[in-house]
Amino acid sequence: MTLPFALPFGLDLPLVWAGIIGFSVAWYVVADGFDLGIGLLFPFARGEKDRDQMMASVKPFWDGNETWLILGGGGLLVAFPRAYSIMMPALYLPVIVMLLGLIFRGVAFEFRGLANRKQGWNFAFTAGSAVASFAQGVILGGFIQGARVENGAYAGGTFDWLTPFSIVCGLGILSGYTLLGSTWLVLKTSGDLARRARSQALYALGAVLFFMALVSLWTPLVFPRIYERWFTLPNFFYFAPVPFFTAATALACGWGLMRNNDTVPFYASIVLFLLGYLGLVISVFPYLVPPSLTIWQTAAAESSQTFMLIGTLVLLPIILAYTFFVYWLFRGKVREGESYH
Amino acid sequence: MDDPVLLARLQFAFTISFHIIFPSFTIGLSAYIATLEMMWGISGNSLYKRIALFWTKIFAVSFAMGVVSGIVLSYQLGTNWSGFSAAAGNIIGPLAGYEVLAAFFLEATFLSVMLFGGDRVPQWLHILSAIAVATGTAMSAFWILSANSWMHTPAGYEMRNGVAYPLDWWAIVFNPSFIYRFTHMLNASYLTAGFAVLAVGARYLLAARHFDEARVMVRMAIGLLVILAPLQLFIGDQHGLNTLHYQPVKIAAMEAHWDGSKPDDFHVFAWPDEKGERNLFEISIPRGASIILTHKIDGLFPGLTSVPPDQRPPVKNVFFGFRIMLAVGFYMIGAALFGAWLWWRGLLLTRRWYLNIVARTWWVGFVAVIAGWVVTESGRQPWVVQGVLRTADAISPVAAHAVAITFALFVVVYGIVFIGAAYYINRLIHHGPQGELIESGSKQEGALAQHGIHA
Ligand code: HDD
Ligand code: HEM
Ligand code: HEM
Repeated sequence: MTLPFALPFGLDLPLVWAGIIGFSVAWYVVADGFDLGIGLLFPFARGEKDRDQMMASVKPFWDGNETWLILGGGGLLVAFPRAYSIMMPALYLPVIVMLLGLIFRGVAFEFRGLANRKQGWNFAFTAGSAVASFAQGVILGGFIQGARVENGAYAGGTFDWLTPFSIVCGLGILSGYTLLGSTWLVLKTSGDLARRARSQALYALGAVLFFMALVSLWTPLVFPRIYERWFTLPNFFYFAPVPFFTAATALACGWGLMRNNDTVPFYASIVLFLLGYLGLVISVFPYLVPPSLTIWQTAAAESSQTFMLIGTLVLLPIILAYTFFVYWLFRGKVREGESYH
Repeated sequence: MDDPVLLARLQFAFTISFHIIFPSFTIGLSAYIATLEMMWGISGNSLYKRIALFWTKIFAVSFAMGVVSGIVLSYQLGTNWSGFSAAAGNIIGPLAGYEVLAAFFLEATFLSVMLFGGDRVPQWLHILSAIAVATGTAMSAFWILSANSWMHTPAGYEMRNGVAYPLDWWAIVFNPSFIYRFTHMLNASYLTAGFAVLAVGARYLLAARHFDEARVMVRMAIGLLVILAPLQLFIGDQHGLNTLHYQPVKIAAMEAHWDGSKPDDFHVFAWPDEKGERNLFEISIPRGASIILTHKIDGLFPGLTSVPPDQRPPVKNVFFGFRIMLAVGFYMIGAALFGAWLWWRGLLLTRRWYLNIVARTWWVGFVAVIAGWVVTESGRQPWVVQGVLRTADAISPVAAHAVAITFALFVVVYGIVFIGAAYYINRLIHHGPQGELIESGSKQEGALAQHGIHA
């Protein structure tokens, strides 16, 4: 099967797919990031009423948010089956632990609302969110480190992913999701809850900047390929604006938090995340299994990528349109006692 | 236990059997809720809306369980079956990808309108969302069953260096067993949900609570089941004939038929002895299997001994799984036909012994679905893609202990989650459509008499 039209700008199929998957992962990280962050902030809430509100603020969205994870992971199977079949075994334990964490927090959404005694599911919600977030960071770190490949299959051990670097990435993601979650609460709730979220967000912002700086210094020092990418000419001049914009966005976020602005902190923390993500893409592209296999070497058959691309190009805009519709429908601050109707 | 192939199979069998419990319920239930919402829209009678809302709460819990356990599966294809992903990814990837888009497209987002939309959306949009969710679940079944059917009857591809390359997508999607498997599974979901609705309605009638809602539930369920239960027998029969053509060894295992040179009986019960290549303790209907499969009294069909032992599936799983599914199938037909007869005589809502039985057999559909999948999947062994890729070549290069650890974690986590879901669903049913408790004792008898219900 070949595409019924030519791709513009000299793009090729694997590149288009890398773009779609990259987009899905970015969307996932930001969207599920804020609702995982709600789980991380859960223990710091004052009383069940606040917790009810925190949960109500994300309830209509979490299921849709999580689906982007499948589009990211499933997309890898669709478009780059060889990368999928190498990276998944390489990251076996963190991936499965992440899934188990997501299960706990996913069912906690439903069960907590039905339970009389809520402590157990509060705990499940927090623990599940924390485990899933941390594991996602570890997966990110493991991905940057790469995998040992022989004869087109993973050839490393069970614990290759476990390094100080991947642990730091895990902690970094925890702080990042806390920032997204707390600024989301600033946006969506009011009163005491929102006030506390503001100060929590400031702490989280500090932690995020610390981990961003740490990882940005660490990766070029440990991975020569990443050093080369950033610190050779003319690349250096192209990429120099990234850290600059990052600093500016962090300032905007902090300013919004101090000035009691409701919307700027959340959007600024999204941009902060996206800039970090861009930095990562710059470091790793075009490798899907660093340091050996690129997107072109792991691509699925052209016919498979085409077959799926046609459906995706039709459906993705529609999905985006009604995703925005749902966010618009449930816009504004959470109303007290809002749940099922 | 250090056989990674066996461990990987057990782990996958556990996680996927857990998953299918929920889709087989939600696919049927979403269609039922959509029907109720449409009836509400057309008649304006808020009774239908009340029933729809009640089932929507139960649906929400089941759906969440389906989502979280389904995400696990889509990653397990990489974590546990990377050999399969590498060899068949060109084909399975897009099919599974379309299931995700379908899930995305209609389920996840319209679901939030359906569950939380309440007073924020107009009635027509609420009804439309319910229909979209029902369509979405059926569409995701379409795609995932296409992927699964391709593993049983691969078509439209060619092998190059051990990797499958697509040639004809139409032939891949509509591969030879797809239409049978899709209709059989979809119907299985409607039957499963139908028996659950029937059981809850019967339970309320027996307890003399929620009479108006219960009457609608029981009648709608019987009306549906009396058509779908016999239909399932018909589809299943056609499915089996198709399988005889493409996977004769699976059929031989289903019938515990060893020697293909003789016609065979239908074994109502038997103990297949795989070493001795024969059956012990047979209770049989003479020539039954030959008649069902070849429509001739002395018809021949291939036996298990037509292939060497290492190419035979585990006969007991397939044989007993098939018997369990058949038993449920015939029970369903009997219960539905008898209920319809009672209805015709005007006794459906008052025959306590009948209501007592159906109120207690809410679970039969789930058992049949899992049994049916065991037949289908075990029957394909030792292949993961029939004739193309062996299960032993499909696993990931992951150490056995890692698989064992995560398997144990899955059992613990799924156990807790399952108990939670069962407990809360049961409580939702207990509270009933208006959130009242089912009362017991003398008051119950009084209310019973009031509605003219007698034992
Ligand atoms: C006959 C139907 C059927 C079968 C055989 C399967 N599923 Fe399933 N699946 C569904 C029917 C379904 C569904 C009805 O569409 C679900 C159940 C509840 C839900 O949320 O959607 C679902 C959910 C669901 C989800 C979450 C989707 C979402 O976010 O809405 C994923 C990722 C999968 N499934 C993946 C799989 C995989 C990888 C399977 C096999 C290996 C599989 N399913 C077998
Ligand atoms: C009443 C008589 C029935 C017959 C003759 C029948 C026949 C069959 C056959 C032959 C298969 C194996 C397909 C294969 O070759 O892979 C099968 C599979 C299956 N059956 Fe049935 N079946 C019956 C009833 C039921 C019932 C009542 C349910 C559930 C409510 C059910 C659910 C399933 C499922 C889920 C599968 C696996 C998926 C598939 O292959 O379609 N069956 N059935
Ligand atoms: C949801 C319904 C399904 C159920 C209940 C089910 C059940 C099972 C069971 C019990 C096994 C183990 C068989 C054995 O080892 O004896 C198995 C194996 C397997 N199934 Fe399914 N299956 C389902 C659908 C699917 C689908 C839709 C796919 C893929 C698209 C799939 C892919 C596999 C794979 C890769 C294996 C592992 C290899 C093997 O042991 O055969 N299954 N399944």
